[in-house]
Amino acid sequence: MKQAEFLNVVMPFKDKLYRLAKRLLVSKEEAEDATQEILLKLWSKNESMGEYNNVEAFAMTMTKNFCLDRLKSKQASNLKLVHSNYTDENVSLQRQLEAEDSIQWMERIMKELPEQQKMVLQLRDVEQYEFEEICELLDMKPTAVRVTLSRARKAVRDELLKKHSYGIG
Amino acid sequence: MELDNIEKLLEKYFEGTTTVAEEKTLGAYFSQESVATHLEQYIPMFNYFSIAKEERYTKQVPLKPRVNYYKWLSVAAAVVLTFGIYFGNRYQERKQAEYAYNETKKAFELLAENFGRGTEKVAYLQEFEATKQKIYNNN
Repeated sequence: MKQAEFLNVVMPFKDKLYRLAKRLLVSKEEAEDATQEILLKLWSKNESMGEYNNVEAFAMTMTKNFCLDRLKSKQASNLKLVHSNYTDENVSLQRQLEAEDSIQWMERIMKELPEQQKMVLQLRDVEQYEFEEICELLDMKPTAVRVTLSRARKAVRDELLKKHSYGIG
Repeated sequence: MELDNIEKLLEKYFEGTTTVAEEKTLGAYFSQESVATHLEQYIPMFNYFSIAKEERYTKQVPLKPRVNYYKWLSVAAAVVLTFGIYFGNRYQERKQAEYAYNETKKAFELLAENFGRGTEKVAYLQEFEATKQKIYNNN
């Protein structure tokens, strides 16, 4: 596969990879590094890429695994996470959202969710994947996906309600 | 009517049983201006999801057209092998020639030695012949 061809295949979903990575790794820099890593890995496999019937799903699964490994590994140990907690209010997004305090609040709520819930919410409510695709990507049973999704949404709602009533009262 | 529908969808939404299309309906409802007051608390949620989807990966990926080192390695190996066989054969031939030369030399030496021994005897013969002539001449 030539470089241009490869880019054509990868372009439509590279942002999805990045957003999933960012959802999991939180820090923008780490997410960028992870995305680059995944794209390079794909590129190095481009000879056999025709064999995967769904490159996007394959890449998403790779990203998920890569990020979870990252989180587990020493590189992403406390120090890094604490660091990202401070730097995460990344400049561009922050500026863009400055007026909208509630969005930042949402970001904070999302950050607190367990990884599984983060991923399901990201894939469903942000990327709008179908259930079957999420099952395949996360290697989960449909019922498990539904339950996780329901829990994640309710968790977000409850946090928002707290904030909402607090804001009013 | 519409509000009723939205409330039902919301309920399903939190149970995780809405379809993507239904979720889009919800998203559309919460992105418009007039949201029922008792549902306002959900605005940030749907708003956030649509904004989160706008994030882009802007970094350039350095895709180097990969040089296939293995291919070149095999070419190099083939070249080395060919030369090796070529010179190896030449060396082998030289060795063989040297061996043949030495063997021939030995054979010739053997011959020369035996030949020398032969001529020694012939010398006696000559002596004998000379004496014989002397005797003939005297008679």
